[in-house]
Amino acid sequence: MSVTTDGLTSAELAAVRADFPLLARTLRDGRPLVYLDSGATAQKPEVVIDAEQDFYVQRNAAVHRGAHQLAEEATEAFEDARGKVARFVGVDADELVWAKNATEGINLVAYAMGNASAGRGGAAARRFALGPGDEIVVTEAEHHANLVPWQELAFRTGATLRWLGLDDEGRIRLDELDTVVTERTRVLAFTHASNVTGAVTPVEPLVARAHEVGALVVLDACQSVPHLPVDLHALGVDFAAFSGHKMYGPTGVGALYGRRELLEALPPFLTGGSMVEIVTMTETTFLPPPQRFEAGTQMVAQAVALGVAADYLAELGMANVAAHEHHVAGRLLEAVASVPGVRLIGPHDARDRLATVSFVVDGVHAHDVGAVLDDKGVAVRVGHHCAQPVHRRFGIAATSRASAASTRRTTRSRPSGKP
Amino acid sequence: MSALDQMYQQVILDHAKFPHGRGLPEGDEGATAVAVAPHPGCGISHQVNPTCGDEITLRVDVSRAGGVAVVDDVRWEGQGCSISQASASVLHDLVIGQDLATVDRLSATFHELMSSRGAGLDDEAAEDLLGDAVAFTGSSKFPARIKCALLGWAALSDALILSGAREE
Repeated sequence: MSVTTDGLTSAELAAVRADFPLLARTLRDGRPLVYLDSGATAQKPEVVIDAEQDFYVQRNAAVHRGAHQLAEEATEAFEDARGKVARFVGVDADELVWAKNATEGINLVAYAMGNASAGRGGAAARRFALGPGDEIVVTEAEHHANLVPWQELAFRTGATLRWLGLDDEGRIRLDELDTVVTERTRVLAFTHASNVTGAVTPVEPLVARAHEVGALVVLDACQSVPHLPVDLHALGVDFAAFSGHKMYGPTGVGALYGRRELLEALPPFLTGGSMVEIVTMTETTFLPPPQRFEAGTQMVAQAVALGVAADYLAELGMANVAAHEHHVAGRLLEAVASVPGVRLIGPHDARDRLATVSFVVDGVHAHDVGAVLDDKGVAVRVGHHCAQPVHRRFGIAATSRASAASTRRTTRSRPSGKP
Repeated sequence: MSALDQMYQQVILDHAKFPHGRGLPEGDEGATAVAVAPHPGCGISHQVNPTCGDEITLRVDVSRAGGVAVVDDVRWEGQGCSISQASASVLHDLVIGQDLATVDRLSATFHELMSSRGAGLDDEAAEDLLGDAVAFTGSSKFPARIKCALLGWAALSDALILSGAREE
């Protein structure tokens, strides 16, 4: 076999896979691994794995404190990484807060708004305070991480949760925008790309409508940042969260972007060491952002490695990554459409979608589909993918999901001659 | 036989395709764990496997004859993978007509089998007791599937408590 299904020759594919040590392993009965679960977590290139280890071997020390050389070097590496990741998503370093993952980043915003609603943060934070009569708007496409924190904030503050529905291809119903997002809306939180349907959200009209009515925009960029060029300043969103482990970085680190003036006015979520100025027995003043939102010892080695992952993707070129994955999406969609009894959940054409393809097989539960594919060495995700409402929208409990990602050197490949 | 074939043995596929005991009496559909059973000795439990969304609602009817509580009937409705559906079907065949002591022994033995990581039970009498359920030995090799096989049993255990049959 000289040409594989994604347009790479066997030799090129071997070179690509060589960057990812894990892809060299085999599964049961010596089968090679076909990893189609990047939507859940991406495999790591060797440079990222090395960076994390190198930090521990060469520079491990507490950051932002200590007067010794190691502490200086560790702090420099940590803050360099912040700059790299910030640059990668088009924002300034002091607008980027480290979080454990996107889930924690979104919770940070929701809990800080809850604190503002309880009067914390003074007059400056009043813009974040919610109460009865205020509305939070999400969409039916949300991962539980961008739904449940808003449900909880609504319960805590008396605000009302509303949502935009999905059309039959899983795209957000923009025709509902003007009726659902109104002058009562204080927050519009939505995903940049669905982790189930793969549909990419047109950010512009949602941001325009939200800002027209004075609402804050919170973007779940977890699925977009690893796969598309993302410039958060250009998108005009107010907050955005993403996870490191989905963009070839380590687990345990992610980031929250907040527009500078908003972060400056936002009260903290987690409190404790490293985020304070003056502490007395009765009260405390807080550091400016981003440190205000980084209580306790941070995931330093992981942040440093995430900086390397951002560089790795930047070197590939996100436009190249997106073009390659667009090609892969087309091939996956073609393949799913060609099998009788297999139904796609999500947009049928590759326009404005990721190479994330969820499907159901008539009469066969997703768990069984996953087991059969696993037996062939193909790793897919099965279940509800932490997005039960999306599945309920389509009247199903579970799907099988194949989600691809680019790997090094794919951009040097040429597409196969296939139409 | 491949690991996959060991999991999807013919007997399991047959039970999944033509499940025994499936279909709740009218009025019990959509029942939850807190549903009021229609009469004493009847318990209804709704169980969900949150990792994959598998669901089962199982109803058990128990009668007491000569001081011994016996399972008269098991009916269930559910959706899920072939392992969870087949396991509920096999459960139905195993427990009907059995007294609660036997049901408990069956449940404990099946749990033991599912913890065996594919090795099965080194005990011929125990495997005889389990009948068709021995076919799930292959599933016990896959940690993600153990909960699928145990879903119906969890519902039965809960339904028996709710039936009141465990009270003297």
